Amino acid sequence: MDFLRPASWEEALAAKAEHPTAVPIAGGTDVMVEINFDHRRPEYLLDLNRIGDLSEWEVGEKTVRLGASVPYTKIMENLRAELPGLALASHTVASPQIRNRGGVGGNLGTASPAGDAHPALLASGCEVEVESVRGRRMIPIDEFYVGVKRNAMQPDELIRSVHLPKADGPQQFSKVGTRNAMVIAVCAFGIALHPETRMVRTGIGSAAPTPVRAKEAEDFLAAALDEGGFWESGAPIPPSVAKQFAQLASGACNPIDDVRGSAKYRRHAVGIMARRTLGWTWESYRGNERSAQCA
Amino acid sequence: MATTGTPTNITQGSKTKGGIGESTLRPDGTLKVTGEFAYSSDMWHEDMLWGFTLRSTVAHAEIVSIDTSEALAQSGVYAVLTYDDLPTSIKNYGLEIQDTPVLAHGKVRHHGEPVALVAADHPETARRAAAKIKIEYKELPVVTDEGSATADGAPLLHEGRDDHHAGHVPHPNIVHRQPIIRGDAAEAAKKADVIVSGEYVFGMQDQAFLGPESGLAVPAEDGGVDLYIATQWLHSDLRQIAPVLGLPEEKVRMTLSGVGGAFGGREDLSMQIHACLLALRTNKPVKIVYNRFESFFGHVHRHPAKLWYEHGATKDGKLTHLKCRIVLDGGAYASASPAVVGNAASLAVGPYVVDDVEIEAVALYTNNPPCGAMRGFGAVQACFAYEAQMDKLAKKLGLDPVEFRQMNAMEQGTIMPTGQPVDSPAPVAEILRRVKARPLPPERQWESSEGADVRQLPGGLSNTTHGEGVVRGVGYAVGIKNVGFSEGFDDYSTARVRMEVVGGEPVATVHTAMAEVGQGGVTVHAQIARTELGVAQVTIHPADTQVGSAGSTSASRQTYVTGGAVKHSCELVREKVLELGRRKLGTYHPAWATAELLLEGGKVVTDGGEVLADLVDVLEGEAVEVEAEWRHRPTEAFDLVTGQGNGHVQYSFAAHRAVVEVDTELGLVKVIELAVAQDVGKALNPLSVVGQIQGGTTQGLGVAVMEEIIVDPKTAKVRNPSFTDYLIPTILDTPTIPVDVLELADEHAPYGLRGIGEAPTLSSTPAVLAAIRNATGLELNKTPVRPEHLTGT
Repeated sequence: MDFLRPASWEEALAAKAEHPTAVPIAGGTDVMVEINFDHRRPEYLLDLNRIGDLSEWEVGEKTVRLGASVPYTKIMENLRAELPGLALASHTVASPQIRNRGGVGGNLGTASPAGDAHPALLASGCEVEVESVRGRRMIPIDEFYVGVKRNAMQPDELIRSVHLPKADGPQQFSKVGTRNAMVIAVCAFGIALHPETRMVRTGIGSAAPTPVRAKEAEDFLAAALDEGGFWESGAPIPPSVAKQFAQLASGACNPIDDVRGSAKYRRHAVGIMARRTLGWTWESYRGNERSAQCA
Repeated sequence: MATTGTPTNITQGSKTKGGIGESTLRPDGTLKVTGEFAYSSDMWHEDMLWGFTLRSTVAHAEIVSIDTSEALAQSGVYAVLTYDDLPTSIKNYGLEIQDTPVLAHGKVRHHGEPVALVAADHPETARRAAAKIKIEYKELPVVTDEGSATADGAPLLHEGRDDHHAGHVPHPNIVHRQPIIRGDAAEAAKKADVIVSGEYVFGMQDQAFLGPESGLAVPAEDGGVDLYIATQWLHSDLRQIAPVLGLPEEKVRMTLSGVGGAFGGREDLSMQIHACLLALRTNKPVKIVYNRFESFFGHVHRHPAKLWYEHGATKDGKLTHLKCRIVLDGGAYASASPAVVGNAASLAVGPYVVDDVEIEAVALYTNNPPCGAMRGFGAVQACFAYEAQMDKLAKKLGLDPVEFRQMNAMEQGTIMPTGQPVDSPAPVAEILRRVKARPLPPERQWESSEGADVRQLPGGLSNTTHGEGVVRGVGYAVGIKNVGFSEGFDDYSTARVRMEVVGGEPVATVHTAMAEVGQGGVTVHAQIARTELGVAQVTIHPADTQVGSAGSTSASRQTYVTGGAVKHSCELVREKVLELGRRKLGTYHPAWATAELLLEGGKVVTDGGEVLADLVDVLEGEAVEVEAEWRHRPTEAFDLVTGQGNGHVQYSFAAHRAVVEVDTELGLVKVIELAVAQDVGKALNPLSVVGQIQGGTTQGLGVAVMEEIIVDPKTAKVRNPSFTDYLIPTILDTPTIPVDVLELADEHAPYGLRGIGEAPTLSSTPAVLAAIRNATGLELNKTPVRPEHLTGT
């Protein structure tokens, strides 16, 4: 195995162009596990840790440009106001040691349905900035996940950053695991209210071959909120609407039975999480926030 | 010789007296917390090779052929060994029944069985070479439970077995069967006003010790081998290793190296013989270190069990009878299964008075992973079932579950179902009273002005609830565990104690073969030596086979038995020191001849407190050394038909109260508090005692809510051999564990002490289950409880 250590982004792109099979490594959260278990023996490892730019973030007027390697810890500490959904998701990633190293670039590169960042990224409506020697392009998150552990990137491309709209409303994230910390998701749910556009976006993790949005649930809720004048009135959401939203979210799942949980449970749990996170975000929107204290 | 990581003497000084009853600190504690402690996996030897084990990828198959040529041809490879390379006619090993092949011969019987060994100059080279070994398997049907194991025409795991249990078992796929019959259960059942029954299922738990199996074998010039190894019982290993190597035992010199936990998982051999074979073949030091994945296949697990129980009681709450049948899955090889059967049967009734019982326990041979010793050893599975039954009975009778237990609690003088009287304190009712009397933690914290702290709620930081769907539950359980090896086993320990002057100070050296696996024996031995010999400085010699056996670090026995041996040898040393003093100094004071003399504070004193001499003066120019064996009271085998016999040495009791919050919609559980009360006889080191009780409690919690090795019932293959999917509690899963320690002396034991390590693991699990049942109203007959069980999904 050759270990490539580009000193700059340009060198990294050149190396990836020359060796399209090279596996990029930054925090190593996924890659090192696969190597340690001997599930994968890449010909080349492309170490991105010398490229400081990847660990930087910029808060703009409308968006946050989040470098692919910004560790989850930094997101939790610095971007809670701008990216509340992703900050909550970051809390649930593995252990403190791994949160100090891992970033969203790894989650996106692996594109496992169990990646903790995906539901929050889907709910935010972000774009993924990828680049190769051929040029740079932005991939909308809705087009990014194309199959089981497959994404829309070309073999010569690298993930540079993620451009996330700054939260214009409350966001929530919830994940079920059979342990109270340091656990892979049995399933997960993210929701973002977008009062400016009167949209609701969602993301579901570990309950389908790829991370998915619950589009029917989003459309139903957006219509219900609009028609009922809820955005203006800030009135409580009727239980029947919340229930319908939960059922549609549950229906968006296409889960499997595995060692971590049954398909039936996953569908059930996504519905519960959808109802609860909707309740929390809506209460928050109404200004009655009784926010959960998180460590 | 350039070697690192091998053990050295541990000298422990103390400005205080540092004797028994004090919480002296562990000599290895700071090293372990700061990452400085040398574990067996940290050892290194100049010029050493790395061993690797190739394991079966299927659970049951004939081995049609093995081709090692490509592996041998790889550069950097020094040896590739298969069954055909074993040097003597002894090719199997085992704790009680020698049914486990060192390397598979003709057949593999479980997933992950060792088939071939590679030694190479780099671990990755060894691993890659192993991948080039071509094995052709012809798969055989698997047996995975009692039905398939005892069906007509079932494949036999060990055809033609002739072990000492073969003659009395009802089927060759049953390792051992132990009935216990006392009184007349059928007749007594007629007196019952209520009868409850249930079938309970206990999942396969892993010991999940921190340090995976590892060791270093160094070939010696005399043709022997020095083995540095993390194990639980050096001499038991030695007895199994030497015959396979074709060496006399004195040529296999074993030294305990840094052990990262054990919990029963190191009672059986893992890589010991493999490393020695490769070292002797290559004439180079060979190190083998399993990774976590391999470790799941490298040791036995706790027996999964199915338990069928029927109890009756009168309407005023008196138990009438018990009928039960306990089926333990022993997997492919016997390991400790026969002894686990004996424990499960003899402790099946729990700490209760029941005069009329019909008990049967069996262990199966199947193609599942081999199961054997783990903390609690058969008593854990039984406790899970009988405590569920106690709650069911109390509910049916309309009685408080604690009061119902107290009404039927055993006490000193109670006759066990085996006919053995309980002849030391058995404060079962009292420990239940103590856990119940504790104030309960405050409810519905999330509604307080500070808002919800998700860490205190089910789901924790995964942020699944801010109080929605959460219901509080409280549950109780109590258990009984035997201490020491039972059923007539000659359970002795050896201690060599030396006293001499070093650097102008009297120093005691304690040399035993006791495996320090984290239990704190090295601390306790020094405390005993200080108490008995009146010295401040005690040196603990590394444990090795240059001294007699200390028995196993299991069965809650080491402080009792090896501690007893250290005490005994210290007493003999003291006599010799006093004799020396009389000879040297006796003429200076009449009390040398007339008074009762003690060693205290580095001096010889009379029982009246008068100082006769400094130990330095007595010992100047001389050393006193004694090596002696010490035994607890003998036990008897259980009768194979009736189960009668004085089979146990001592019993240990703990009670728990569990307080849980259950998210009833998502089926997630947060254990808020697990209060314990336990009688320890005498706390030799109170801090260590509390640590043991909290650790055992947490291990019991793990199997209540998350820990389970999942084996595919169709293929008998392990589905979750990693810490990604075999979950053990994190600190966020571990509740507050208040511990109430009772010290009611057992007059038969050294200092009145009671073995403590296992009892807290028994009652923790059923207490948590009882609390979850209390919260949800569900029956929950299986552990661990999964979200699916709580949500009907």
